[in-house]
Amino acid sequence: MSKDNQLLEDLTSKEYEHGWSVNYEADEAPAGLNEGIIRWISSKKEEPQWLLEWRLKAFATWQSMAEPSWANVNYPKIDLQALKYYSAPKQSKKPKNLNEVDPELIAIYERLGISLNEQKRLQGIAVDAVLDSVSVATTFKDTLSKLGIIFCSFSEAVKEHPELIKKYLGSVVPIQDNYYAALNSAVFSDGSFCYIPKGVRCPMELSTYFRINAANTGQFERTLIVAEESSYVSYLEGCTAPQRDENQLHAAVVEIYAAAHAEVKYSTVQNWFPGDKEGKGGIYNFVTKRGICAGDYSKISWTQVETGSAVTWKYPSCILKGDHSVGEFYSVAVTNNYQQADTGTKMIHIGKNTKSRIVSKGISAGKSQNSYRGQVQVMKRAQHAINFSQCDSLLMGNACGAHTFPYIDIANPTAKVEHEATTSKIGEDQIFYCNQRGIATEDAVALIVNGYAKEVLNQLPMEFAVEAQKLLALTLEGSVG
Amino acid sequence: MLSIKNLHASIEGTPILKGINLQVNPGEVHAIMGPNGSGKSTLASVLAGREEYEVTQGEVIFQGKELLELSPEDRAREGVFLAFQYPIEIPGVSTTNFLRTALNQIREYRGQEPLDAVKFLSLMKEKMALVEIDQKLLSRSLNEGFSGGEKKRNEIFQMAMLEPKLSILDETDSGLDIDALRIVSNGVNKLKSPSTATIVVTHYQRLLDYIVPDVVHVLYQGRIVKSGSKELALELEQKGYDWIKEEVDTAKATA
Ligand SMILES: Nc1ncnc2c1ncn2[C@@H]1O[C@H](COP(=O)(O)OP(=O)(O)O)[C@@H](O)[C@H]1O
Ligand SMILES: [Mg+2]
Repeated sequence: MSKDNQLLEDLTSKEYEHGWSVNYEADEAPAGLNEGIIRWISSKKEEPQWLLEWRLKAFATWQSMAEPSWANVNYPKIDLQALKYYSAPKQSKKPKNLNEVDPELIAIYERLGISLNEQKRLQGIAVDAVLDSVSVATTFKDTLSKLGIIFCSFSEAVKEHPELIKKYLGSVVPIQDNYYAALNSAVFSDGSFCYIPKGVRCPMELSTYFRINAANTGQFERTLIVAEESSYVSYLEGCTAPQRDENQLHAAVVEIYAAAHAEVKYSTVQNWFPGDKEGKGGIYNFVTKRGICAGDYSKISWTQVETGSAVTWKYPSCILKGDHSVGEFYSVAVTNNYQQADTGTKMIHIGKNTKSRIVSKGISAGKSQNSYRGQVQVMKRAQHAINFSQCDSLLMGNACGAHTFPYIDIANPTAKVEHEATTSKIGEDQIFYCNQRGIATEDAVALIVNGYAKEVLNQLPMEFAVEAQKLLALTLEGSVG
Repeated sequence: MLSIKNLHASIEGTPILKGINLQVNPGEVHAIMGPNGSGKSTLASVLAGREEYEVTQGEVIFQGKELLELSPEDRAREGVFLAFQYPIEIPGVSTTNFLRTALNQIREYRGQEPLDAVKFLSLMKEKMALVEIDQKLLSRSLNEGFSGGEKKRNEIFQMAMLEPKLSILDETDSGLDIDALRIVSNGVNKLKSPSTATIVVTHYQRLLDYIVPDVVHVLYQGRIVKSGSKELALELEQKGYDWIKEEVDTAKATA
């Protein structure tokens, strides 16, 4: 066994690739959290009065709430008063197009391997890049606007489409939903807004790259996607954060609204800084993601590849309100070293003939802890609801943990709910078999893990599936058990 | 090509191989026979570099290199191929994907460019015909849910794709019906060349009707106790292993 451990050590020692930060001049709020800071953020962003009031209400709600402790994660208490709640790169004027964007910001994205120009030219992906708190560039706007699609930063949407924001903000994740959602509602800095009009099929993947750059800045993104009747959109969120010693808090909220016959695919590839090998530093990722299938025959599909963050607490969920609506959750969560992940989903069946599918693939290595937590709830009215859940865990080494917490709550006897779970280990014989064909151990693990996660990776758009495969390999770099 | 001198190996402290000597030249086919548990798979595993086995004595020279100094993957890249007695399942990984990874790593080691998809595919087509394997099988998860025969055929297909110098077939014939046996042997024979060599581990002489060995060795209690021409295999088939065991035991008693 000591041989294994040695191998594990050797192979998991890969340092975080995106660990650097750029010293750009920041325009930031002083540390601390109080009503004054919230007013400061709101005025900095030139927000309308109703939104300030909404934030203040959220702040008051948040103050009455306690930090949740039910998740299977351990971390020192976060001093929310020590954080800064707003940090924006200083720019003399707002960019109109990519050519006007600060070349240094563009360079940051290029170092991340995401050249906006490249993306624009080669991939046909509209990217709304969020650096810390302000969207610095939005591409493809013209093409999209011809179809009536709105894809812009949240701040811009507040200015340009206040009626839509007013209507949908907080409609899926209400202020009082949970501690971190309330906090986000009070202090959210920026994010993305996406609106697909009736009958429109968005012709390209919409993509946001998030990045946390400034030290001690909590990142509070807010994303809102509204898909009108019979529309379709596929949205991808990717993120990286530079290496920092202190933990950084990230508490985002994503809301999705799908009208009748609409379909929204939301994919995440998360590789935030997971902390170093000793468990020092890393991002605390406490995210609330929820979609409502409001109309009949609507569909929301979450796909996530979670490889980063020190602590992850995240349950992308679907409220299946419309009859015949469909919710899906496909997840790969990888933890290594001292990472902790408590992730899963909630499928709430309200409408008749609603269907949900959960495929969760956990991979744990090092001394990490990886938990699946999922809830399937079938309400009284939900005749003939169907759920299928598959929760698999893959262990590497003997020092990590994998846990499954399924909650099933059925109030209608016509429901069909199936739950399958497996736990396996990467076998030495599998590795040896690969070795014997000339495949190095690191690549063997990548191959085996990608095979294990295939069902989920297949859900991702092609280019991102390739990216995700590389990330899985990078995070594990040949952990063997 | 391969020269094994006084090879001793043990697993978890138990000696299994107790002084193997074997010389294999290019173009030759060697058969290794012997009763169950005599150490045939152990020898194959030690040559391939399985880490559970500890080599306690001896040396193995493969094409002028100290084989035992190399990692398992480098042995493969140098041209050692082992067709497993029990091929391993890798869920979610197709044979195609597996072999493409393998072949390109081998090529990289040898300083060759990776094969592009088109060339890889045409190579696949050529080798598929050789072992009469169905494309559908190759896009399924490697060995998962394969029948015994499919697994063995897939091993030989992999061998055909990777074009090794030295192939070790560990009981590739077991679990094969007569048609599959013929196809697999055919494949092996077609891959034979004056510059490659094959070690065939088997229980049964019937395989040797198809793959005709130059030398037959009998492995018993971790040693090669008898070597001979292909007629030795026939003799073993008729008389079983008891007479060999007796010979060895008498030799021991008189020693
Ligand atoms: N992992 C192991 N631990 C202990 N003994 C083993 C192990 N693997 C094989 N052996 C023993 O080594 C001997 C040789 O096995 P093997 O090489 O598989 O024989 P063969 O292939 O000739 O049938 C047998 O006695 C077997 O029980
Ligand atoms: Mg054997």
